[in-house]
Amino acid sequence: MWGYLLRRLFESALILLGITFVTFILLYLVPADPARQIAGRSATAETVANIRDQLGLNDPLFVQYWRYLAGLFQGDMGRSYLQRAEVASLIMARLPASLMLMVTAIVTELIIGLTIGVVAALRRNKPADHSLMIFSFVAISAPQFVIGILLLYVFAVQLGWFPIGGYGTWAHFVLPSVTLGLLGAGWYSRMMRSSMIEVLNQDLVRTARAKGLSKLRIVTRHVMPNAILPIIAMIGIDIGLFMSGIVVVESVFGWPGIGQLAWQAIQRVDIPVIMGVTMVSATAIVLGNLLADLVAPLIDPRIKTK
Amino acid sequence: MTETRETGGGGTRPLLTVRDLSVQVATEAGAKTVLDRLSFDLTGGETLALAGESGSGKSMTALAIMGLLPKPMARVSGGAIKLGETDLTAMDERGYRKIRSARVAMIFQEPMTSLNPLMTVERQLIEVLLEHEVCRRSEAPKQALRLLKDVRLTEPERRLKQYPHELSGGMRQRVMIAIALACDPEILIADEPTTALDVTVQAEILDLIRTLQAEHGTAVLMITHDMGVVAEMADRVIVLRHGRQEEAAPVRELFAAPQTDYARTLLAAVPRLGSAPARPQAEARKKIVEVDDLSVRFDITGGILNRTIARVHAVENVSFHIRERETLALVGESGCGKSTIGKALLGLVPWDGSIRVDGVQTRGRSRAMMHPVLRDIQMVFQDPGASMDARMTVGEQVIEPMRVHGLARGSELQDRAEWLFKRVGLSPDMLSRYPHEFSGGQRQRVCIARALSLSPKVIVADESVSALDVSVQAQVLDLLQELQEEDGLSYLFISHDMAVIDRVADRVMVMRLGQVMEEGPRDAVLRDPQHPYTKRLLAAVPVPDPTRSRPAMPDAAGIEEASPIFPVGQSPQRIALHDLRQGHRVARVAATTP
Repeated sequence: MWGYLLRRLFESALILLGITFVTFILLYLVPADPARQIAGRSATAETVANIRDQLGLNDPLFVQYWRYLAGLFQGDMGRSYLQRAEVASLIMARLPASLMLMVTAIVTELIIGLTIGVVAALRRNKPADHSLMIFSFVAISAPQFVIGILLLYVFAVQLGWFPIGGYGTWAHFVLPSVTLGLLGAGWYSRMMRSSMIEVLNQDLVRTARAKGLSKLRIVTRHVMPNAILPIIAMIGIDIGLFMSGIVVVESVFGWPGIGQLAWQAIQRVDIPVIMGVTMVSATAIVLGNLLADLVAPLIDPRIKTK
Repeated sequence: MTETRETGGGGTRPLLTVRDLSVQVATEAGAKTVLDRLSFDLTGGETLALAGESGSGKSMTALAIMGLLPKPMARVSGGAIKLGETDLTAMDERGYRKIRSARVAMIFQEPMTSLNPLMTVERQLIEVLLEHEVCRRSEAPKQALRLLKDVRLTEPERRLKQYPHELSGGMRQRVMIAIALACDPEILIADEPTTALDVTVQAEILDLIRTLQAEHGTAVLMITHDMGVVAEMADRVIVLRHGRQEEAAPVRELFAAPQTDYARTLLAAVPRLGSAPARPQAEARKKIVEVDDLSVRFDITGGILNRTIARVHAVENVSFHIRERETLALVGESGCGKSTIGKALLGLVPWDGSIRVDGVQTRGRSRAMMHPVLRDIQMVFQDPGASMDARMTVGEQVIEPMRVHGLARGSELQDRAEWLFKRVGLSPDMLSRYPHEFSGGQRQRVCIARALSLSPKVIVADESVSALDVSVQAQVLDLLQELQEEDGLSYLFISHDMAVIDRVADRVMVMRLGQVMEEGPRDAVLRDPQHPYTKRLLAAVPVPDPTRSRPAMPDAAGIEEASPIFPVGQSPQRIALHDLRQGHRVARVAATTP
């Protein structure tokens, strides 16, 4: 078990190293000049050249990359070009808000998605099933900014149930979590539905019925635990999906998280911040997958961590 | 339809009365009757067998009694099922729950898929005990343990905490039986309970059912396709076909003098050990396949660096040959390595040693280099449905190998495919159909046609008739024999079924844990077995003769429990064969060598 964990952590570190390399090269290839962004439109070519020199942007790519890596290993993610602050402290200030949003969104999508999936499977090919599947289809295909704005308009502006934006109380969490979780809820409901239907047709359900068990017990004790197995692996992958969603949702709701930080940094070619946010989300994805793989054997005794 | 006259039970009132039971299944073409006015009685302590081939409605009868017909496709469309005085057909779901397991219990064919993989054996047992309030929650674990002891499971304390995947097939079926008998039901329905098990395990499970039946006085409704099982288990038999009763009789009468044509055909088609005619000797013919010191090992990896920590020694130093126009049968229980040998011959698994096909050494050949060899050696698999591409016409699938090997082109391909179809007894106009439009037997004919398309010299038949009904099985075996006589084909016939092997083999090789236990001419190995393992295998085969008194199973002396998995660097002890006479060779028995 510990050996397995150690090996997986080592693999994760390698993956993250690869990601720093790819991101760095991609940012290097971007035609925009960060020095020009810092100096402003009216600055002379000489000023821009000076700034480039100061930031070490004239060094060869690999020298720059090495410098970045060396810093990273010492816990230094660099300084923001524009905000006059350490990238690490910028991210740390905003990370809790984003993480909280992600956790509430995961809970939301699992509750909505799994419930819909179970109900639809038990009412297969009946009107309830059809309407739930239409709902999940809409949830999957509607863009998140449209859903976000729609929810804001109805529940915050018109009904006034929730605050329009910002961060602070639990009421602030509801609309962003639902917006962020709705897409996943759509996916999960479809997966759970087909997984449930598959298990319902398995021999073990026939045995459970032959035992004289009640339908409720058969569904909760025999069908659902077996049906949820393929979904666990999905949750790990899902965190990647959230990272893209979080940029949109945080903008719509004015949420002070790393999504907004990333958005500002991208607009202004603030390379250290972009790198930092990328690293944080990559770490989240890698750890999420690791977590899913560690949880799976706890639920399914057939899977052994080796 | 004749009314069944019941004879069993010595005048006691029947536990279960089935009268004019009909079951309909909804199909696209409308309702189809899969069970048509079946009537029978079941009295305490007796065993009634429902025998028939696939589609005969035997399983539908069982599910109808349990109220487990797949809804909404199937429903009871007429008749009555009376358990004592209660009519089950009128029962609602709530009432039925009190009957299932408590009064009528059922065990199924596949013990692996029938158990919940995520629950320990203990939880699955306790669940049924508590549901029917057999005992209090605090006593349930003790009761579960007692049940496992009842079904003679070894190390019952440890088994309780295990999950189904940690048990062998036979143990799983014992757990299923323990669950079924937890509430001491009046009736046990056993739906093909041993079909998925090895023959020695089958003998043990059948024995267990008989013992428990005697202990508890349970009535057993045995559903099976295997006339051997019928003969060994049943007091009375109902032969079903296409949902109709063909014949109902006490078991001895049925086997001695079947009254209907169908029962006669069915019994005639059953392969019987020792009844096959002698086969001509093939001594002087050319050796087509020569295998020397074949070993196949599969790595098991683990640890931090994913290194190989152990190996499955699937096949260990096996040598044999097959002559022209000869059938060599490989027999053994699941996991003995017999299928792996077949795969190694076609280069489908990595192997060590030497394999020569028609004089050509295949060792070290790449996939491309195997091409010319594969023209000489082809394979026919167990499940013809799964080994065909469902989205390709059968014609395309027969033509494909000829195109890949450049044997023909254009209209010649079509001509050859038509000719092949005629040879295997199919109509050439079926070429444009898809696999799902064929029956199991027809599909296996298509697979044979595909294997024949390259005009091979050897065909590896891996359990090729195991999934087929006996009457169809007999036809396919006849076809294989015909092809052998006409084309001089050689077969490596891999099977677990001793009776089938008796029918087709010239020589027999018995395998266990990757090594050969005994080999020799069919008559020597099957009629005069020397190795205790072979003796046990043969004794376990159910004999379709109810008058024969069941011989005691030879005990497992000299056959030690073992696994083919060894740590890296270790190998199983190489078992030497010694010659008896005329090619009959047998492994030294551990017990006789001090």
